[in-house]
Amino acid sequence: MSESISGDHGVFKRRRRISSNYTQLIFALTQKDIRIKYKQSIMGFMWAIFMPMLIVFAGILVRKAISIATGRPLDMSVLASVSVKSLPWAFFIGSVRFATASLTGNINLVTKIYFPREVFPISAILSNLFDFAVALIPLTIFLFFIRLGISVHILWVPLIFGLLVVFTLGLGLFLSCANLYFRDVKYIVEAILTFGIFFTPVFYEAEMLGRWYFVVLLNPVGSLLEAINQAVVLRTSPDFLWLTYAGVMAVLTFMTAWIIFKRAEPTFAENI
Amino acid sequence: MGTSAIEFRGVWKKFRRGEHFDSLRDFIPEMTRKLFFKGTNNGDLSKREFWALQNIDFSIGKGDVLGIIGPNGSGKSTILKLISGILQPSRGQLSIEGRISSLIEVGAGFHPDLTGRENIFLNATILGMKKEEIKRKYDDIVEFAGLEKFIDTPVKRYSSGMYARLGFSVAAHVDPDILLVDEVLSVGDLRFQEKCLKKMLSFRERGTTVIFISHNLEAVSILCPKTAFLINGVLQDIGDTGRIIGEYVSSTQVIEGSENTEARFEEIRLVSNDSVDVHVLDPSQKVYVRFKVSCDLPFDECLLGFLVYRKRDGLLICDYNFPLAALNSVNKAGRAKGCVEFHANLLRGSYSVTLHVQHEPSRKHLVWVRNAVHFSVEERISWNGVAHLAPRIVEQK
Repeated sequence: MSESISGDHGVFKRRRRISSNYTQLIFALTQKDIRIKYKQSIMGFMWAIFMPMLIVFAGILVRKAISIATGRPLDMSVLASVSVKSLPWAFFIGSVRFATASLTGNINLVTKIYFPREVFPISAILSNLFDFAVALIPLTIFLFFIRLGISVHILWVPLIFGLLVVFTLGLGLFLSCANLYFRDVKYIVEAILTFGIFFTPVFYEAEMLGRWYFVVLLNPVGSLLEAINQAVVLRTSPDFLWLTYAGVMAVLTFMTAWIIFKRAEPTFAENI
Repeated sequence: MGTSAIEFRGVWKKFRRGEHFDSLRDFIPEMTRKLFFKGTNNGDLSKREFWALQNIDFSIGKGDVLGIIGPNGSGKSTILKLISGILQPSRGQLSIEGRISSLIEVGAGFHPDLTGRENIFLNATILGMKKEEIKRKYDDIVEFAGLEKFIDTPVKRYSSGMYARLGFSVAAHVDPDILLVDEVLSVGDLRFQEKCLKKMLSFRERGTTVIFISHNLEAVSILCPKTAFLINGVLQDIGDTGRIIGEYVSSTQVIEGSENTEARFEEIRLVSNDSVDVHVLDPSQKVYVRFKVSCDLPFDECLLGFLVYRKRDGLLICDYNFPLAALNSVNKAGRAKGCVEFHANLLRGSYSVTLHVQHEPSRKHLVWVRNAVHFSVEERISWNGVAHLAPRIVEQK
């Protein structure tokens, strides 16, 4: 266990020191985030269900309006796909928002104690993953209730959702680090997340845009949500091309963000 | 590297003054300036930068205990932050061997909404402990902090003393190879401070490498055989604690008197029986404050003032006045060599001596030398108090 730090022309080498309890550290911080979120609140974990439910209701309202306008009846499968896509969307925006503020919100730890800083955005995202898991319970009951069948294609879901998590981690790492240097970032993120739901096929399907469908699929979150919808509600295999595209984007985003984060990490304490 | 736990080789660290660009509006002009005029890199200082540490060079062996003293803003904490990895050096090299636990600020990782119990687990994990280890030590941690009754209360309801006690207790149970301590003894009541000190002594006995920063010179002299002394980011000296503390104190020596003062002190030293400079005394040891004094006014009209203060709280222990005329060795230039002999009938603590010369007829102070010399008394008989009365317990006659 030795390390050498040299400041000559910004070259430094460092062997990871805390690796032994690295996972425990992430776990402990995740637990902290979850606990704090619901401390001193009457509804507690019910909030994890309530928030995505609001999105689902908004989506149903939008789809009802569309069905009235087009004169087509509101199908149960439409409700299913709105709910199936709303939950990962809620996870995505919650995670990005939380992760962006994760470094600046822990200023005390960043400037006072050393440990790998990526655990902040990672645990911020994991705590949102916990919320997602809680909200999954009523969703499953709902899908069961409306008698949505199940097919082998549901096996795609872990992969697709895994890619969404990877993409979210990439964004979270990059944005938390960017926000540490420039506080403008959190406002930009807030604005994009607020209107993001219009640019992402959550309440609607990409094909409703006709030949412009690819525009919303260029956003990896859009193509991943569509893929989830295909696997769960439409019970087909997801569009392979778009899934590959989203996968490549997710991994590239994550890798780039990781490199940027690790490069910037040594100067966090003095720039926060 | 061999047996050294920490080694600094020509380490420099710079910081920026003033606000960093906090928003894009400030950042864009800054970036364009850097692009066109090739921004300076690590080596040099730009206008808004300053060196917080300059060419720091020292090493500490495994199991050594080093104190670091110096005035505020001299770079003491920056050294600890470099060792712990929070900061990176701008220049130079440092190598570290072993698991580090740092007490840069007690309770830094606490979250106000979590209970004491939850915070123990969180903070201990952050400091590098494993879950089983925490579970094993949990009871000790709570007991040491003395918070059994409040452990399930959110720490935001704690008093600042309770908060600090819990923070110290967690950090003290980490069992590191290297312990970095920054001014933690200033928290808590006297009893807890004693407890902390004993805990730190036990680290020393266990062979933990300790770096200890404090303004409490008494604690430094008890804990650290070796001390480093910093001013403005420059390492002044490193070595035997008694000597270094003496240096530090004499750097804070303040001479007061009118511009063209009529009296001057020179070469003030604290020496033992055999004329050796001393800094650490035993209770009731006989010592001498030697000095050369010169005075433009007649010696028989002047008084020499001899005051001893306790450094911890500024308690005035004595205030004696002697006639300067007692010094017979006055030469023609109005200069004399003298010394004040006294017994250090004092208990554990650090003390400073102030000398002054007063002109009796006009009641005017000609010169004051505050903190002229410094000494600390070490003993293990009594933990509190000031005066060493040499009491004994005996049979009644």
